[in-house]
Amino acid sequence: FQPVTPVVLLIFNPMLKKRDDFEDMLEERRNSSDLRYALKCYTPVLYKGLTPCKVSELKQMVLQSDQLGYVITQVSKEKGVTSDEVTGEAAAILEEMAQRLQLSTVRFFAFTLSKVFKTLFRSICINEEGLQRLQQAIHNHPVVLLPSHRSYMDFLLMSYILYTYDLALPVIAAGMDFMGMKVVGEMLRMSGAFFIRRSFGGDKLYWAVFSEYVKIMLKNGYAPVEFFLEGTRSRTAKSLTPKLGLLNIVMDPFLKGEVFDISLVPVSISYERTLEEALYARELLGVPKPKESTSGLFKARKILSEDYGSIHVYFGQPVSVRSLAESRVNRSQFNLIPRHIPTRPSEEILSFVNDSAYRLVRAQEENMVLKPWVLLAFVLLQKQAAEEKQGTALDELTEQAVWLRDLSRQYGAFLHWPDHIPPSEVVSSSLSLHRGLVRISEGRVQLALEQGLLYPGFVILSCASYRNQALNVFIRPALLASAIHTAASNRKQEIYNSFSFLRNMFSNEFILCPGATVQDFEEACYLLVKTGTLQINQQEVLITERGHRTLAFLTSVLDPFLQGYQVVCRFLCEQDGLTEKQFIPAVRKFIIKHLLTGRLRYTEVLSSDLQKNALAALIRLGAVQKIKGNNYCFNVFPSEARNRGL
Amino acid sequence: MPSQVTHELLLICTCLCSCLSLRSTPHQLCRVQSQGCKASICILISQNSNRIVTVVEIYIFAKQAQPRILTCTYIHFFHRQEIMKWNGWGYSDSKFLYNKKGQAEFTGKRYRLSGMIIPGLREWMESTFSANLQHKTPAAPILNSSAVQPPTLNEAFLKELKSTGIPFSHDAEDRVFRSHGHCLHEIFALREGKIGRVPDLVVWPNCHNDVVKIVELACKHNVCLIPYGGGTSVSSALECPPEETRSIVSLDTSQMNRILWIDEKNLTAHVEAGIVGQDLERLLNESGYCTGHEPDSMEFSSLGGWVATRASGMKKNIYGNIEDLVVHIKMVTPRGVIEKSCQGPRMSTGPDVHHFIMGSEGTLGVVTEVTMKIRPMPEYQKYGSVVFPNFEMGVACLREVARQRCAPASIRLMDNEQFKFGHALKPQVSSIFTSFLDGLKKFYITKFKGFDPNRLCVATLLFEGDREKVLQHEKQVYDIAAKFGGLAAGEDNGQRGYMLTFVIAYLRDLGMDYYVIGESFETSMPWDRVLDICRNVKARIVRECKDKGVQFPPLSTCRVTQTYDAGACVYFYFAFNYRGLILFCSREEILANGGSLSHHHGVGKLRKEWMRESISSVGMGMLKSVKDYVDPNNIFGNRNLL
Repeated sequence: FQPVTPVVLLIFNPMLKKRDDFEDMLEERRNSSDLRYALKCYTPVLYKGLTPCKVSELKQMVLQSDQLGYVITQVSKEKGVTSDEVTGEAAAILEEMAQRLQLSTVRFFAFTLSKVFKTLFRSICINEEGLQRLQQAIHNHPVVLLPSHRSYMDFLLMSYILYTYDLALPVIAAGMDFMGMKVVGEMLRMSGAFFIRRSFGGDKLYWAVFSEYVKIMLKNGYAPVEFFLEGTRSRTAKSLTPKLGLLNIVMDPFLKGEVFDISLVPVSISYERTLEEALYARELLGVPKPKESTSGLFKARKILSEDYGSIHVYFGQPVSVRSLAESRVNRSQFNLIPRHIPTRPSEEILSFVNDSAYRLVRAQEENMVLKPWVLLAFVLLQKQAAEEKQGTALDELTEQAVWLRDLSRQYGAFLHWPDHIPPSEVVSSSLSLHRGLVRISEGRVQLALEQGLLYPGFVILSCASYRNQALNVFIRPALLASAIHTAASNRKQEIYNSFSFLRNMFSNEFILCPGATVQDFEEACYLLVKTGTLQINQQEVLITERGHRTLAFLTSVLDPFLQGYQVVCRFLCEQDGLTEKQFIPAVRKFIIKHLLTGRLRYTEVLSSDLQKNALAALIRLGAVQKIKGNNYCFNVFPSEARNRGL
Repeated sequence: MPSQVTHELLLICTCLCSCLSLRSTPHQLCRVQSQGCKASICILISQNSNRIVTVVEIYIFAKQAQPRILTCTYIHFFHRQEIMKWNGWGYSDSKFLYNKKGQAEFTGKRYRLSGMIIPGLREWMESTFSANLQHKTPAAPILNSSAVQPPTLNEAFLKELKSTGIPFSHDAEDRVFRSHGHCLHEIFALREGKIGRVPDLVVWPNCHNDVVKIVELACKHNVCLIPYGGGTSVSSALECPPEETRSIVSLDTSQMNRILWIDEKNLTAHVEAGIVGQDLERLLNESGYCTGHEPDSMEFSSLGGWVATRASGMKKNIYGNIEDLVVHIKMVTPRGVIEKSCQGPRMSTGPDVHHFIMGSEGTLGVVTEVTMKIRPMPEYQKYGSVVFPNFEMGVACLREVARQRCAPASIRLMDNEQFKFGHALKPQVSSIFTSFLDGLKKFYITKFKGFDPNRLCVATLLFEGDREKVLQHEKQVYDIAAKFGGLAAGEDNGQRGYMLTFVIAYLRDLGMDYYVIGESFETSMPWDRVLDICRNVKARIVRECKDKGVQFPPLSTCRVTQTYDAGACVYFYFAFNYRGLILFCSREEILANGGSLSHHHGVGKLRKEWMRESISSVGMGMLKSVKDYVDPNNIFGNRNLL
């Protein structure tokens, strides 16, 4: 591999990361009238090139656009129906999709959410400098907001914040499943949500209406467009590999020269306690997700009585699409085809969008605020897997947490550890917030595992979801640590090979940008050398005296995943092929068997997310083949899987 | 010396001139000097409107009955700098300046604006660029000859050249004057007194055969030739390649400036390629004809230059661009003379070889004679103008005009910034009535019609033809404009718009006196991209200025100058209070958005690096192989284009 130059290495230096301070926006809500707040004068700064238009005019613009016109003609020819009929169809799609942003609804939400937020959360902390940057960005260029997605709360929260700070309200791409909730769906629509079907693969007309609708809103600077790069809520609190469809659409107007630039603003929303905590764990264990319904929402009212700690929302540095594309994309490739004719994006564009998406997700990850509890989750899970039945003494737990605190800070984690409070108090207050997950008796702490198998599963997966919040901090060093562990010698090249294999294996599991193996390796080496864990010379990688503890910790970070993938492999090796539907239940049964016999230590392997990722990785690597037929069969090549070192 | 001798001498000289194969007759005796039995006389041979003067100095024995020629030398009053600026645009007598009262004034007598006070200019300049009249950067007033490198002369070439009798010079001023075009960086360097590689010799061929001789000699002695016409290039085409080690000879075509014949049956004229636009037009007008080819530089640019760069004229909608106007071309190349064997209006004889010549930018040879289409002079001309509420509406109107194929001789759309600039250039009004009328117009447009003065833009129009048709045509165009919210804004505004074209180049020199530099560039593009390119390129200029640390925001403005069936030509101007490398980025932006590398300025050396991208590698190979065949030793070594 080719080493990266030292200049590039500077980017990795976590100490160089500068972050803004937070302000609690709920504080003012607690001290002044919510009603007056909801009725306040709202005059946001708008895009400088905006020609104001109404919701209905927007729809007209879409229906009359050359882009849609072209597809309508095409579809009408293919289906042999009149173009009027197709236009009618398009209008219906648009009707189903379109938002109807209304200030009065927003004010209603502002009022109710104030009440709700005040009961649920201790504070909602915002970096106000980020909002100032956002305001500037909205004035100068069309803006796309890209929040992380951990909870249903996310988009209500986003609009709530923007309303509070007098910023332009966004239009939000939402999944069609919300439409199921009749009243709420319509209300969301009136607060700026537009609804898209989850899958519309081959439907040309739908795609045309949808992409044109988004582009027109964006180009005209009608409102910031907001969507979730991850596509859906992450049940595990790890960032999901980004979905590219919408990003492709919003970058298109820039690439085709229809706007001068577009600002992409990554937003990191971190919850101290996710509202859906228990729901997610249940879902991962295979208890199906309840369908969204209004009555379901009311049932969820009981959560109102609990304490969910604080939320941190960090508005990141706006990323200019123009600067992303500079010396990457040759925009003149769009010169030879009229721009209203839809074309499949070239390989070059696809890889550009993909890389940009990874960059943006990483930008989200980097500004996620981590609470002390996240570090405690690391320790507690590791102890649990080590089968320490009596639990951990509070002192020991505190010591380990402090050690982890220092380590994670060195790796650039955005840790909110109150340094003015003694560590023991920090630990005990964290434990009390999550008292549902831990049991403290006689000064010893352990996870609240009761009898049976499924219930501990809930607790462990909930706990793992907190630990996962910090995985992005450790993932590269952890891959390196595991690579050192598995490599046959300490030769640098060999360790790199092993690193590269592991990284490739886990690229469905973690945010690891395809093609950036060398950079990731350099970054990991840089961090471990800087923190005195390793010494690296031209040829060899040496572990220092005090490096063993760090390495042991880092290896244990990746261990559950390694073991999980191994179990999935072992399971597949014993199969002669099975359908996609059968896979999850069958593998789950297999894992439970292994857990009960004690051959597998990590209960978290029960997570269907991990199982799916493992399968996807094995398919990607060619160890498992997907045969298309009447029933989707997986043809396993066991020898191959074994050969690959699992 | 007695006057009859003078008369006698003049007669003698007439004979001499015919011996010297000068076609024009001498018409003025400039200077007679006698020293003992020797006398020298100077005779003015020709003079064109730029007063590029040809003088022959002849030494004779005057005391003999039959005067004997001792030597015959051309004294070259080709010093254009006597009437033209050596480090700025145009005529020496015409320039903008701030007079003692601090008011802007345009000097000279040549233009409609000449001798007028322009009250709005100062405020516009101060507010647009934050320029300050206190801070001046005057140009180096005269050329410092010692800064010019001594010429590298090829003695063998020079010796043979002398024997042909073709005039030449290696005077520093002559050489420097032909070493540049009018790009910003070229003029900037001259003002600072910085002089790079310049031609080593200037030759003035008088006719096609002279050129043949020069090219033959150049090939024989391996000398680099750079053809020079009007010197108005804005593509660094005239810059001498610094890596060139051979002697560089600038071939000035200015003496080949005759109309050789006019064919009224076929409406064509056969013209020498050195003729300058305004002379060609004036001479044809005398016979009742015109070519109708009016590029903005027509006061100075030459026919050969138009052919070599694929020039475009303002009135191309009626008369066509240079490629439509040319019927026959004669060009001297190192391989010999290229010309077609007939003057048919169109032929299918393989790819048209004229298209190798047009746009060859002096890399293949020298165009010496051209047969051009001519037209009877138009009976009636009328200017006009339309105000639009915004640029988008204006572009939509131009598109519609092009769709209906009813474009007048010229139709141009200025954006808001340029409209304001034009406004600042209004001369002082003489009567209270006119100023009252102006106020009323302004009130009507902004208050009554609700046009935003910061968004509105103006289209200027020029109609030509017979009176009735012009009026009919005018109505058609104004009707279309009305559909796009356009209001007719009078003939005067239109005419001023076109006058500005000629004057705007002078303004850059004024700006440069006060730390303001500016440049213009053009492109062509499909209709659907016009608005996007205008917006993006202007935004890119503003951003690059900001990124490069330019303190004050720049003036960044554009103008749609030509309409075609499938697209338009847009001209951008930018200027700011000192400096950076904006041009490169702007072109990059244009290409990325689907604009062309150049509509009519050409490639030169300034835009060479994008050629491959523009015409593909195969296209480059084709041009390269033509060059390799026609000029294997790179005699025409200006290194433009490829």
